[in-house]
Amino acid sequence: MKEFEPKIVYFLCDWCGTGGCETASAHHLYYPENVLISRVHCTGSLSAVHILRSLIEGADGVVISGCHPGDCHFETGNYRARRRVAVVKSILETLELGPERVWFRYVAHGEGRRFVDTAAEFNDHLKKLGPNPLKLRRDT
Amino acid sequence: MSKVFKLDESVEKSVKKLLTFLLNKGRIRGALVLQKTDGNSAVAYSLITDADALASACPLCPLMPSNAASVLSRLTLQESLPEPLAVVLRPCELRGFIELVKHGQGSLDKFLFISSVCGGVYPLKMVQVDGSVGEKLPQYWDAVKRAEIAPEIRPTCRACERFVPLGADMTVATMGESGLETKCTIFLNTDKAMGFIEGMEGKLAEEKLETEAIQQHKQKRKAEKNKLYDEIGLEKYGLSGMIDMFGKCIGCHGCSQVCPICYCEVCTFESRDLEPKPAEFERDLNKKRAIRVPPDTLFYHLGRLIHVAISCVGCGSCTDVCPVDIPVSSIFLKVRESVQELFDYVPGMDPEEAVPITKFETEELVEFED
Ligand code: SF4
Ligand code: SF4
Ligand code: SF4
Repeated sequence: MKEFEPKIVYFLCDWCGTGGCETASAHHLYYPENVLISRVHCTGSLSAVHILRSLIEGADGVVISGCHPGDCHFETGNYRARRRVAVVKSILETLELGPERVWFRYVAHGEGRRFVDTAAEFNDHLKKLGPNPLKLRRDT
Repeated sequence: MSKVFKLDESVEKSVKKLLTFLLNKGRIRGALVLQKTDGNSAVAYSLITDADALASACPLCPLMPSNAASVLSRLTLQESLPEPLAVVLRPCELRGFIELVKHGQGSLDKFLFISSVCGGVYPLKMVQVDGSVGEKLPQYWDAVKRAEIAPEIRPTCRACERFVPLGADMTVATMGESGLETKCTIFLNTDKAMGFIEGMEGKLAEEKLETEAIQQHKQKRKAEKNKLYDEIGLEKYGLSGMIDMFGKCIGCHGCSQVCPICYCEVCTFESRDLEPKPAEFERDLNKKRAIRVPPDTLFYHLGRLIHVAISCVGCGSCTDVCPVDIPVSSIFLKVRESVQELFDYVPGMDPEEAVPITKFETEELVEFED
């Protein structure tokens, strides 16, 4: 049987997140091909609804990476994002809809290694979890 | 001990008397209260400036025909009130309005908030279908007098632990008050309230708001809440349960229309952005070979939860209007509690405290970092 290959949506902020990704490419570091990068201006501008929509419309998991605390290009966007992610994960947890399919991890501009490691680690994590049941349903 | 004003007429009559006094003295420009329609068959919020029109008002009628929070937001969205307006509303409605104001959807200026220790309200369907609320009133007030939960009130109210108003200028005592038909005690919570009643016939005194009866009633509501948790049994739902529960949703979005917290002019879930396009149907069909149409029922409800969980005041309006009897607010109950606990937040409690999702601490929630 073909090994399950998760579909991952990776939201990166335009600044540190994207920077980390570019640093990775400059160093020829690779991340799994099943990771779909989606850039947002700031993690603070990412709507919680987008996270949910990704999970409903076909993603097995969602990662969000922005600047480390204190480094946000817009100063406070990452702190706001953290609150939003906390809300989404709490809701998914209470309803038992798989909060573990959403990750929030800071990646700095220079952290190309951390970026590819996160992608690979999340990929392994989702392989263990299996396909997201939400995306498989025909009756939602 | 708190200041109270005592009148010797029934609670309902006393509140009307108070409003009449305020109108006649010119202390308020008008009053927003529940009023019976001329045919007596319906109850609706009305703005009243003529004291005579108060004759058909029923300020404490146990119904919530629309959520006063949304009404007040509409009145003050553009600018705050030019002159004082007295409003008689339920504790959850007041909290809803305070929450809306915090979201920039209105202004608290110049309101005189009159609320009551709340015995709950009946489902709207009881008025629409058989008009039976009138017949229930004696049994309702009898239960309130004995500090019991009135039979047949909405499940949300049975399980509501915040039935003592927060943020009201005046609080009408009801729970456990044995002489409801002949006398009325109104707590004067603010200096503003003191000023408004000055010169009115009645007796000033001091009493304790949170009586023994109220404490005991709180325990009863708490027990009902736990019962409701068990009935709904959210934890055994998981994905399949959620899909089943919302499976009969007809997508009317009535639950969001009546929700005081769902204030967006254009709802995300009604926007073109989320309107499925033919190519998207095609894409989904290629993947799944069968899909529910219109799609996104669960998406709508989870999305709504994400938007309202933090500010949901548990008013129960959403459940009340659902045409297919989905217990929306009961499902939301546990979810909103978990989110509100996360930030130690009580919606509508303190107008000065910002909604948690609009602020942050630099050091917090590290457990949500991966
Ligand atoms: S939810 Fe609570 S405050 Fe609101 S009407 Fe019911 S009992 Fe009263
Ligand atoms: S009111 Fe009921 S049927 Fe209408 S959208 Fe809400 S849950 Fe669905
Ligand atoms: S979600 Fe339901 S219970 Fe909560 S505030 Fe809105 S209408 Fe009231």
